[in-house]
Amino acid sequence: MADTTTRAKVRWGLLDVAVVVFALTPVLWIMSLSFKTPATLTDGKFIPREWTLENYRTIFATDQFVRALINSIGIALIATAIAVVLGAMAAYAISRLDFPGKRVLIGVSLLIAMFPQVSLVSPLFEIERQLGLFDTWPGLILPYITFALPLAIYTLSAFFKQIPWDLEKAAKMDGATQGQAFRRVIAPLAAPGLFTTAILVFIFCWNDFLFAISLTSTERSRTVPVALSFFTGASQFEDPTGAICAAAVVITVPIILFVLFFQRRIVSGLTSGAVKG
Amino acid sequence: MAEIVLDKVSKKFPDGTTAVRDVDLEIADGEFVILVGPSGCGKSTTLNMIAGLEDISSGELRIGGQRVNDKAPRDRDIAMVFQSYALYPNMTVRENMAFPLRLAKLDKETITQKVEEAAKVLELTPLLDRKPANLSGGQRQRVAMGRAIVRQPKAFLMDEPLSNLDAKLRVQMRTVVSRLQKQLGTTTVYVTHDQTEAMTLGDRVVIMRGGAVQQVGPPQELYDHPNNLFVAGFIGSPSMNFLTATVEDGTLRTALGDVPIGDRIRRELEGADAPRDLILGIRPEHFEDAELVDEESRRRGMEFTAPVDIVESMGSDKYVYLSVEGERATSAELEELAADAGAADFSGAGSNLVTRLSAESTVTEGEDRRVWFNLEKIHLFDPSDGRNLTLHEGRAAGALAD
Amino acid sequence: MSVNATPAGADVAADGTDTGGGRRAAVPTQRDNGRGKVPLSENKRAERRLGWLLCAPAAFVMLAVTAYPILYSVWLSLQRYDLRFPAEREFIGLQNYVTVLTNEFWWTAFGVTMLITVVTVAVELVLGMGLALIMHRTLVGRGIVRTSALIPYGIVTVVAAFSWRYAWTPGTGYLANLFSDGAPLTERASSLAIIMLAEIWKTTPFMALLLMAGLALVPEDLLKAASTDGATAWQRFTKVMLPVMKPAILVALLFRTLDAFRVFDNIYVLTSGANETSSVSMIAYNNLIRGLNLGIGSTMSVLIFITVAIIAFIFVKLFGTAAPGSDDGERR
Repeated sequence: MADTTTRAKVRWGLLDVAVVVFALTPVLWIMSLSFKTPATLTDGKFIPREWTLENYRTIFATDQFVRALINSIGIALIATAIAVVLGAMAAYAISRLDFPGKRVLIGVSLLIAMFPQVSLVSPLFEIERQLGLFDTWPGLILPYITFALPLAIYTLSAFFKQIPWDLEKAAKMDGATQGQAFRRVIAPLAAPGLFTTAILVFIFCWNDFLFAISLTSTERSRTVPVALSFFTGASQFEDPTGAICAAAVVITVPIILFVLFFQRRIVSGLTSGAVKG
Repeated sequence: MAEIVLDKVSKKFPDGTTAVRDVDLEIADGEFVILVGPSGCGKSTTLNMIAGLEDISSGELRIGGQRVNDKAPRDRDIAMVFQSYALYPNMTVRENMAFPLRLAKLDKETITQKVEEAAKVLELTPLLDRKPANLSGGQRQRVAMGRAIVRQPKAFLMDEPLSNLDAKLRVQMRTVVSRLQKQLGTTTVYVTHDQTEAMTLGDRVVIMRGGAVQQVGPPQELYDHPNNLFVAGFIGSPSMNFLTATVEDGTLRTALGDVPIGDRIRRELEGADAPRDLILGIRPEHFEDAELVDEESRRRGMEFTAPVDIVESMGSDKYVYLSVEGERATSAELEELAADAGAADFSGAGSNLVTRLSAESTVTEGEDRRVWFNLEKIHLFDPSDGRNLTLHEGRAAGALAD
Repeated sequence: MSVNATPAGADVAADGTDTGGGRRAAVPTQRDNGRGKVPLSENKRAERRLGWLLCAPAAFVMLAVTAYPILYSVWLSLQRYDLRFPAEREFIGLQNYVTVLTNEFWWTAFGVTMLITVVTVAVELVLGMGLALIMHRTLVGRGIVRTSALIPYGIVTVVAAFSWRYAWTPGTGYLANLFSDGAPLTERASSLAIIMLAEIWKTTPFMALLLMAGLALVPEDLLKAASTDGATAWQRFTKVMLPVMKPAILVALLFRTLDAFRVFDNIYVLTSGANETSSVSMIAYNNLIRGLNLGIGSTMSVLIFITVAIIAFIFVKLFGTAAPGSDDGERR
């Protein structure tokens, strides 16, 4: 018996190692590049022979990167907050209330989720230029909200559906209005769902390249992914590879920490103890 | 405190199904009424309509003399206990119980005082600061009760509140519920699936089937004088035995022999459209070991001989299963009851007879035994509509009545 | 023998089939005033109002941002409109479509996009399923495995693309030194392979995450029962798990396919579309933003949309009742 469990553990362990290697090798590779000196950068070795922090100093030396970082964080946070709030409202209505037009909304949001974003870039570019939104924060936040909303609505309705009906009925019997039932009973319980959605939306905004490169033109609102792609041409006398990698590591760290903290919540619920014995 | 009146209340779902049909019911102030029936009979829907969680399609609902059809649950001032308890997992026991009071905007001191009072009644005081996840099933159940009683509502609604507890705890909580209701004197509507709860708890029992009320009355009355086959089969454990019976030459031909019938039943059966095939119902306790029956009783009943299948000694008495020949009695009601009970353990529909004999009986498995049964206690049902033919002015008087 | 009105266990609540029962039930009240024509109660109306109120902001934002651009895009696609020659702007009907659909570049890009979509989604489905099983069932280090497996999805696509670009750059990259002596990103076949590898690495976790949610729905008891019945691991997987996971699989497939068809970032960084590795999104982008030929670019956009809509339609048909948002028959 003990034998089989040890064998099973070893087998799982090997699989785990394979997964970790598969997932992390490219990440470690970037880290390695970011610590290499310009002289050893092109040696093709996975582990740096000489370690340096010079690349990190370079990216923080000019405010180009810092500016982009601020833009990215600001835009992603605002878009995430709005998308999650609007998404939660709609998702609650869809999963809990009975009203005509519900299916249309689901259909439309699915269509938008399926939309080739590239086909919207050109008209949006036109409109934003006319409305003066081009190359501004709202100019990116609005499309981000729009394209994050279908995702938010779908994941959140799944979460709201998991919360037992009886809790809401109980709240109503206890004298709560629909709004109070949502604020005081449902929303706290859906917190992990809200977190999950927030993370997914944040990653979506953080990662976006297409809108960012099409709807911005200056440092005013250029986000990190775009700034990175401009690194290549930015410094003419030096190979920017090391700096790009350092920047990549810097902007990946927050995401990794996010996933690390919330991976448990991404799959598990919080309603234990609510029902049954 | 208030009386609840249901006046021709119906529930029709958008897909066309009728879940509740024309229910008339007057529940007096302070009364404990049980709604009971197999699953899908509309009892929970009825409760939800009283609560305001479900719209009333037609008819009128009055609480305390006031029409409340269109009122939101929070404006009806009634509390509900759910089968799943529905405790708020993010709140402690104290917060759970205080929740309705906080919504009612009572001041802090009153809330604390009321919560502690209720906690004391339900022996929850040491658990007040725990979260529901750290409570046992019985404790959660009591918290759910606490949340209901804490704001002294006009009425309690309970939706199978004990069905998630294990058997022993259920018996214990049954007495708690009963005592609590008597103490508080609050009008209570209690939905259950379990006929034992129905028999032991309520002042009156409402038996439902297919969305319609079958019979309303005190438990003993339903037991002794069932309106129809369904009520007879549903109430009582082990349930009533049902046998086919054919009317021939003024007697009833059954697997237990020819049963004589009295004048009144005969008159009833003389009509042109009177049924030729009947269903005979006898409760297990109306059998007795023929050796133990005195002369006096012997005259009121008749005897038959049947092979003994199984003997279960309960100490106080013996459950004896007899094999009898003949077809099983069938009808829509019986099939439904069998389905509800899970068919296999519904002994009433089989050709096996369940009898409850005195403990002194020397009956042994495998032998042929002479058994007596009381003719004054038997019921005759019309299989086409389930009507109890032995019922006269609401009283059952057996087959011999004249 | 006697009457047998309803089959055992039938839902007697269903319309008027209830024949037996007490006298109280005897009056059949079938004054059917039509479905849903029952006047709405105050409760019901309030519920509707709240529903609309809650959905309004989301619906408004989505429509405000997308409705006009879509129509505008369609309108532009029917015009000759090149920002370099603004004077030549005119309505030309479907001529742009003819131009695009008879253009070799378009069909090359279309082929590339199709190839990338089919290959990556197929590989991701298999890998994602494996990954989901590992994340769901592993006995050791579940937290670490889940976190590291999800990291690729969290990394900015452009960064990941850069990582792959350096890895395959001769001289700089460990992979280039390891596997080839040429420059893989300068040849078409190897470029496409690398683009697909980057796509797969990046988005398999997304697939795995959705599939893992589906795995959580498979009842443990069912698996135990199946293994007591002598089912092999493979049989348990195909006969028990897959059927239960079907909705999750279809959702994952749909979202990934549509996403894959719009592949842009990876190609942009890895090859910039050199050596005929452009996707349809790439050439549409090049026409719209770089070439400033709005007419042709919009035409391509509309064509992409139509293709995606067709794919979506096929998937939704396959979904049937498993489609998200469809009623699960649960009655309130």
